[in-house]
Amino acid sequence: MRPALLDTLLEAQRSGRSVVLATRLSDGAQELVEIGPAGAREPRTIAGVSADQVYAALRAEEAQVAETADGPVLLRPYTVPRRLLVVGAVHIAQVLARTSSEVGLPATIIDPREGFATPERFPGAELVRAWPDQALERIGLDARSALVVLAHDPKIDDPALTAALGSDAFYIGALGGRKTRRTRRQRLIEAGFSAEAVDRIHSPVGLSIGARTPAEIALSILAQIIDVIRNPGASPLAR
Amino acid sequence: MALATVTRTWGSAPRRAGSHMAVAEGGDFTGSVSGGCVESAVIHAAMEVMESGDPQRLKFGVTNEMAWEVGLACGGEVEIYVEAVR
Repeated sequence: MRPALLDTLLEAQRSGRSVVLATRLSDGAQELVEIGPAGAREPRTIAGVSADQVYAALRAEEAQVAETADGPVLLRPYTVPRRLLVVGAVHIAQVLARTSSEVGLPATIIDPREGFATPERFPGAELVRAWPDQALERIGLDARSALVVLAHDPKIDDPALTAALGSDAFYIGALGGRKTRRTRRQRLIEAGFSAEAVDRIHSPVGLSIGARTPAEIALSILAQIIDVIRNPGASPLAR
Repeated sequence: MALATVTRTWGSAPRRAGSHMAVAEGGDFTGSVSGGCVESAVIHAAMEVMESGDPQRLKFGVTNEMAWEVGLACGGEVEIYVEAVR
Protein backbone atom coordinates (compact mmCIF):
# COMPACT_ATOMS: atom_id res chain seq x y z
CA MET A 1 0.00 0.00 0.00
CA ARG A 2 1.29 3.41 -0.91
CA PRO A 3 1.44 5.87 2.02
CA ALA A 4 -0.61 8.38 -0.02
CA LEU A 5 -3.43 5.82 -0.28
CA LEU A 6 -3.27 5.18 3.47
CA ASP A 7 -3.47 8.95 4.07
CA THR A 8 -6.56 9.21 1.85
CA LEU A 9 -8.13 6.31 3.73
CA LEU A 10 -7.43 7.85 7.14
CA GLU A 11 -8.71 11.25 5.97
CA ALA A 12 -11.98 9.60 4.82
CA GLN A 13 -12.39 8.04 8.28
CA ARG A 14 -11.71 11.35 10.00
CA SER A 15 -14.20 13.27 7.88
CA GLY A 16 -16.95 10.63 8.20
CA ARG A 17 -16.94 9.26 4.64
CA SER A 18 -17.42 5.54 4.00
CA VAL A 19 -14.95 3.94 1.59
CA VAL A 20 -14.12 0.45 0.35
CA LEU A 21 -10.52 -0.58 -0.36
CA ALA A 22 -10.20 -3.03 -3.25
CA THR A 23 -6.99 -5.11 -3.24
CA ARG A 24 -6.16 -7.68 -5.93
CA LEU A 25 -4.41 -10.41 -3.99
CA SER A 26 -2.45 -11.80 -6.98
CA ASP A 27 -0.41 -8.63 -7.60
CA GLY A 28 -1.32 -6.15 -4.86
CA ALA A 29 -3.06 -3.66 -7.17
CA GLN A 30 -5.22 -1.34 -5.05
CA GLU A 31 -7.98 1.22 -5.45
CA LEU A 32 -10.01 3.16 -2.90
CA VAL A 33 -13.69 3.38 -3.90
CA GLU A 34 -15.55 6.33 -2.35
CA ILE A 35 -19.21 5.74 -1.59
CA GLY A 36 -21.28 8.75 -2.66
CA PRO A 37 -24.95 9.56 -2.00
CA ALA A 38 -25.79 7.71 -5.21
CA GLY A 39 -24.18 4.52 -3.83
CA ALA A 40 -21.12 2.62 -4.90
CA ARG A 41 -19.43 2.54 -8.31
CA GLU A 42 -17.27 -0.24 -9.69
CA PRO A 43 -13.51 0.08 -9.32
CA ARG A 44 -11.94 1.86 -12.32
CA THR A 45 -8.56 0.16 -12.29
CA ILE A 46 -9.43 -3.30 -10.95
CA ALA A 47 -11.41 -5.30 -13.49
CA GLY A 48 -14.16 -7.78 -12.74
CA VAL A 49 -15.64 -6.24 -9.59
CA SER A 50 -19.18 -4.85 -9.77
CA ALA A 51 -20.62 -1.83 -7.95
CA ASP A 52 -23.04 -4.25 -6.27
CA GLN A 53 -20.18 -6.27 -4.80
CA VAL A 54 -18.54 -3.11 -3.46
CA TYR A 55 -21.83 -2.01 -1.91
CA ALA A 56 -22.53 -5.46 -0.45
CA ALA A 57 -19.25 -5.38 1.49
CA LEU A 58 -20.14 -1.94 2.81
CA ARG A 59 -23.68 -2.97 3.79
CA ALA A 60 -22.46 -6.10 5.57
CA GLU A 61 -19.63 -4.10 7.20
CA GLU A 62 -17.51 -7.14 6.52
CA ALA A 63 -14.58 -7.69 4.18
CA GLN A 64 -15.50 -9.91 1.24
CA VAL A 65 -13.56 -11.55 -1.55
CA ALA A 66 -14.75 -11.09 -5.15
CA GLU A 67 -13.51 -13.70 -7.62
CA THR A 68 -12.36 -12.18 -10.94
CA ALA A 69 -10.56 -13.43 -14.07
CA ASP A 70 -7.37 -11.93 -12.56
CA GLY A 71 -7.83 -13.74 -9.25
CA PRO A 72 -9.46 -12.86 -5.92
CA VAL A 73 -10.01 -9.21 -4.99
CA LEU A 74 -10.43 -8.29 -1.32
CA LEU A 75 -13.12 -5.66 -0.68
CA ARG A 76 -12.48 -4.14 2.75
CA PRO A 77 -15.08 -1.58 3.87
CA TYR A 78 -14.19 1.31 6.16
CA THR A 79 -17.49 2.62 7.47
CA VAL A 80 -18.20 5.79 9.43
CA PRO A 81 -17.74 4.88 13.10
CA ARG A 82 -20.84 4.52 15.28
CA ARG A 83 -21.19 6.62 18.41
CA LEU A 84 -23.03 6.68 21.71
CA LEU A 85 -24.86 9.76 22.96
CA VAL A 86 -25.47 9.69 26.70
CA VAL A 87 -27.99 12.08 28.23
CA GLY A 88 -27.49 12.51 31.96
CA ALA A 89 -23.92 12.84 33.27
CA VAL A 90 -24.58 10.38 36.10
CA HIS A 91 -22.54 7.55 37.60
CA ILE A 92 -23.52 5.03 34.87
CA ALA A 93 -22.46 7.62 32.27
CA GLN A 94 -19.00 7.83 33.85
CA VAL A 95 -18.49 4.11 33.25
CA LEU A 96 -19.89 4.34 29.71
CA ALA A 97 -17.55 7.25 28.92
CA ARG A 98 -14.56 5.15 29.96
CA THR A 99 -15.52 1.89 28.25
CA SER A 100 -17.82 2.41 25.25
CA SER A 101 -15.09 3.39 22.79
CA GLU A 102 -13.51 -0.04 23.42
CA VAL A 103 -16.45 -1.57 21.54
CA GLY A 104 -16.41 1.04 18.78
CA LEU A 105 -18.92 3.46 20.32
CA PRO A 106 -17.11 6.61 21.44
CA ALA A 107 -19.38 8.47 23.86
CA THR A 108 -20.59 12.05 24.02
CA ILE A 109 -22.04 13.04 27.40
CA ILE A 110 -24.85 15.60 27.44
CA ASP A 111 -26.20 17.31 30.57
CA PRO A 112 -27.36 20.90 31.12
CA ARG A 113 -26.90 20.85 34.88
CA GLU A 114 -24.08 22.65 36.60
CA GLY A 115 -21.52 20.30 38.12
CA PHE A 116 -22.54 17.17 36.21
CA ALA A 117 -20.81 17.10 32.79
CA THR A 118 -17.46 18.34 34.07
CA PRO A 119 -13.95 17.31 32.97
CA GLU A 120 -13.19 16.34 36.58
CA ARG A 121 -15.98 13.76 36.54
CA PHE A 122 -15.35 12.72 32.91
CA PRO A 123 -11.61 13.00 32.19
CA GLY A 124 -10.94 13.03 28.46
CA ALA A 125 -14.58 12.57 27.47
CA GLU A 126 -16.55 14.55 24.89
CA LEU A 127 -18.86 16.75 26.99
CA VAL A 128 -21.78 18.97 26.02
CA ARG A 129 -23.30 21.19 28.70
CA ALA A 130 -26.61 22.01 27.07
CA TRP A 131 -30.22 20.93 26.97
CA PRO A 132 -30.46 17.63 25.07
CA ASP A 133 -32.81 18.87 22.33
CA GLN A 134 -30.40 21.67 21.41
CA ALA A 135 -27.33 19.48 21.81
CA LEU A 136 -28.77 16.64 19.71
CA GLU A 137 -29.91 19.02 16.99
CA ARG A 138 -26.36 20.35 16.75
CA ILE A 139 -24.76 16.89 16.85
CA GLY A 140 -27.25 15.36 14.40
CA LEU A 141 -28.73 11.97 15.33
CA ASP A 142 -28.30 9.56 12.42
CA ALA A 143 -28.42 5.84 11.69
CA ARG A 144 -24.90 5.43 13.18
CA SER A 145 -26.02 6.89 16.51
CA ALA A 146 -27.13 5.14 19.70
CA LEU A 147 -28.79 7.22 22.41
CA VAL A 148 -29.32 6.33 26.05
CA VAL A 149 -31.05 8.59 28.56
CA LEU A 150 -30.03 8.21 32.21
CA ALA A 151 -30.96 11.52 33.89
CA HIS A 152 -34.10 10.08 35.51
CA ASP A 153 -35.64 13.54 35.13
CA PRO A 154 -38.36 14.08 32.50
CA LYS A 155 -37.21 17.68 31.97
CA ILE A 156 -33.93 16.32 30.64
CA ASP A 157 -34.88 12.83 29.36
CA ASP A 158 -38.08 13.68 27.45
CA PRO A 159 -36.60 16.24 25.01
CA ALA A 160 -33.84 13.72 24.24
CA LEU A 161 -36.33 10.89 23.61
CA THR A 162 -38.49 13.19 21.47
CA ALA A 163 -35.46 14.01 19.31
CA ALA A 164 -34.44 10.35 19.12
CA LEU A 165 -37.89 9.06 18.13
CA GLY A 166 -37.89 11.54 15.26
CA SER A 167 -34.50 10.28 14.05
CA ASP A 168 -32.93 7.18 12.48
CA ALA A 169 -30.92 6.39 15.64
CA PHE A 170 -30.23 2.63 15.58
CA TYR A 171 -30.66 2.25 19.35
CA ILE A 172 -32.67 4.20 21.92
CA GLY A 173 -32.53 3.23 25.59
CA ALA A 174 -34.03 4.82 28.69
CA LEU A 175 -33.31 4.12 32.34
CA GLY A 176 -36.28 3.75 34.65
CA GLY A 177 -38.35 1.40 36.76
CA ARG A 178 -41.82 0.15 35.98
CA LYS A 179 -43.66 3.26 37.14
CA THR A 180 -41.26 5.64 35.36
CA ARG A 181 -41.66 3.62 32.16
CA ARG A 182 -45.45 3.71 32.31
CA THR A 183 -45.73 7.45 32.91
CA ARG A 184 -43.04 8.21 30.31
CA ARG A 185 -44.81 6.08 27.74
CA GLN A 186 -48.04 7.92 28.46
CA ARG A 187 -46.37 11.34 28.10
CA LEU A 188 -44.78 10.44 24.77
CA ILE A 189 -48.04 9.07 23.38
CA GLU A 190 -49.84 12.23 24.52
CA ALA A 191 -47.10 14.22 22.78
CA GLY A 192 -48.19 12.58 19.51
CA PHE A 193 -45.97 9.51 19.11
CA SER A 194 -47.61 6.20 18.20
CA ALA A 195 -47.34 3.27 20.60
CA GLU A 196 -45.25 1.52 17.94
CA ALA A 197 -42.80 4.45 17.80
CA VAL A 198 -42.48 4.51 21.59
CA ASP A 199 -41.74 0.77 21.52
CA ARG A 200 -38.40 1.62 19.83
CA ILE A 201 -37.21 2.63 23.29
CA HIS A 202 -35.37 -0.14 25.12
CA SER A 203 -36.69 0.03 28.66
CA PRO A 204 -35.85 -1.42 31.11
CA VAL A 205 -32.51 -0.49 29.60
CA GLY A 206 -29.78 -3.09 29.11
CA LEU A 207 -29.75 -6.86 28.89
CA SER A 208 -31.40 -8.64 31.79
CA ILE A 209 -28.35 -9.91 33.68
CA GLY A 210 -29.38 -8.78 37.14
CA ALA A 211 -27.10 -5.72 36.98
CA ARG A 212 -27.08 -3.69 40.20
CA THR A 213 -24.08 -1.37 40.34
CA PRO A 214 -23.57 1.54 37.90
CA ALA A 215 -20.72 -0.37 36.24
CA GLU A 216 -22.85 -3.50 35.84
CA ILE A 217 -25.72 -1.48 34.36
CA ALA A 218 -23.31 0.26 31.97
CA LEU A 219 -22.05 -3.15 30.79
CA SER A 220 -25.59 -4.46 30.32
CA ILE A 221 -26.38 -1.38 28.18
CA LEU A 222 -23.30 -1.87 26.00
CA ALA A 223 -24.11 -5.57 25.66
CA GLN A 224 -27.65 -4.71 24.53
CA ILE A 225 -26.34 -2.24 21.92
CA ILE A 226 -23.93 -4.89 20.60
CA ASP A 227 -26.84 -7.33 20.42
CA VAL A 228 -28.82 -4.81 18.34
CA ILE A 229 -25.84 -4.27 16.01
CA ARG A 230 -24.89 -7.92 15.56
CA ASN A 231 -28.34 -9.54 15.58
CA PRO A 232 -30.57 -7.08 13.73
CA GLY A 233 -34.16 -8.26 14.03
CA ALA A 234 -33.11 -11.75 15.13
CA SER A 235 -31.60 -11.64 18.57
CA PRO A 236 -30.99 -14.99 20.23
CA LEU A 237 -31.78 -13.21 23.51
CA ALA A 238 -35.31 -12.66 24.71
CA ARG A 239 -35.99 -8.94 24.91
CA MET B 1 5.61 -0.69 8.15
CA ALA B 2 3.67 -3.71 6.95
CA LEU B 3 -0.07 -4.30 7.13
CA ALA B 4 -1.61 -7.77 7.58
CA THR B 5 -5.31 -8.25 6.78
CA VAL B 6 -7.53 -11.29 7.31
CA THR B 7 -8.99 -11.97 3.84
CA ARG B 8 -11.06 -15.11 4.48
CA THR B 9 -11.87 -17.48 7.30
CA TRP B 10 -13.36 -20.99 7.40
CA GLY B 11 -14.92 -22.62 10.42
CA SER B 12 -14.20 -21.24 13.86
CA ALA B 13 -11.76 -18.35 13.52
CA PRO B 14 -11.15 -15.76 16.23
CA ARG B 15 -10.91 -12.64 14.03
CA ARG B 16 -13.27 -11.70 11.22
CA ALA B 17 -12.31 -10.98 7.64
CA GLY B 18 -10.96 -7.44 7.37
CA SER B 19 -9.18 -7.51 10.74
CA HIS B 20 -5.84 -5.72 10.63
CA MET B 21 -2.48 -6.02 12.29
CA ALA B 22 0.23 -3.41 11.63
CA VAL B 23 3.89 -4.36 12.09
CA ALA B 24 6.71 -1.83 12.46
CA GLU B 25 10.24 -2.42 11.17
CA GLY B 26 11.49 -3.25 14.66
CA GLY B 27 8.81 -5.93 15.10
CA ASP B 28 6.45 -3.93 17.31
CA PHE B 29 2.87 -4.65 16.34
CA THR B 30 -0.66 -3.49 17.03
CA GLY B 31 -4.03 -5.05 16.24
CA SER B 32 -4.54 -8.77 15.63
CA VAL B 33 -5.35 -11.33 12.96
CA SER B 34 -6.10 -14.26 15.31
CA GLY B 35 -6.38 -14.92 19.01
CA GLY B 36 -2.61 -14.72 19.25
CA CYS B 37 -1.90 -18.12 17.72
CA VAL B 38 -0.47 -17.10 14.34
CA GLU B 39 0.76 -13.58 15.12
CA SER B 40 4.43 -14.60 15.42
CA ALA B 41 4.40 -16.23 11.99
CA VAL B 42 2.67 -13.17 10.50
CA ILE B 43 5.27 -10.83 12.03
CA HIS B 44 7.98 -12.99 10.46
CA ALA B 45 6.26 -12.71 7.07
CA ALA B 46 5.83 -8.95 7.59
CA MET B 47 9.60 -8.61 8.02
CA GLU B 48 10.17 -10.38 4.70
CA VAL B 49 7.53 -8.24 3.00
CA MET B 50 9.11 -5.01 4.28
CA GLU B 51 12.48 -6.22 2.97
CA SER B 52 11.28 -7.34 -0.48
CA GLY B 53 8.28 -5.09 -1.06
CA ASP B 54 6.36 -8.09 -2.43
CA PRO B 55 3.05 -8.94 -0.73
CA GLN B 56 2.48 -12.43 0.69
CA ARG B 57 -0.62 -14.57 1.10
CA LEU B 58 -0.58 -16.85 4.12
CA LYS B 59 -2.97 -19.58 5.10
CA PHE B 60 -3.19 -21.20 8.51
CA GLY B 61 -5.40 -24.08 9.54
CA VAL B 62 -5.45 -27.40 11.26
CA THR B 63 -4.33 -29.11 8.06
CA ASN B 64 -1.32 -26.83 7.80
CA GLU B 65 1.87 -28.01 9.49
CA MET B 66 2.92 -24.46 10.29
CA ALA B 67 -0.34 -23.91 12.17
CA TRP B 68 0.33 -26.89 14.39
CA GLU B 69 3.72 -25.42 15.17
CA VAL B 70 2.34 -21.99 16.02
CA GLY B 71 -0.73 -23.48 17.59
CA LEU B 72 -4.02 -22.57 15.88
CA ALA B 73 -6.12 -24.29 18.51
CA CYS B 74 -9.57 -23.16 17.43
CA GLY B 75 -9.83 -25.66 14.58
CA GLY B 76 -10.61 -23.02 11.97
CA GLU B 77 -8.71 -21.78 8.96
CA VAL B 78 -7.61 -18.26 8.20
CA GLU B 79 -6.13 -16.61 5.11
CA ILE B 80 -4.03 -13.49 5.60
CA TYR B 81 -2.65 -10.91 3.15
CA VAL B 82 0.54 -9.12 4.16
CA GLU B 83 1.65 -5.98 2.33
CA ALA B 84 4.30 -3.33 2.82
CA VAL B 85 3.26 0.29 3.35
CA ARG B 86 5.85 2.26 1.39
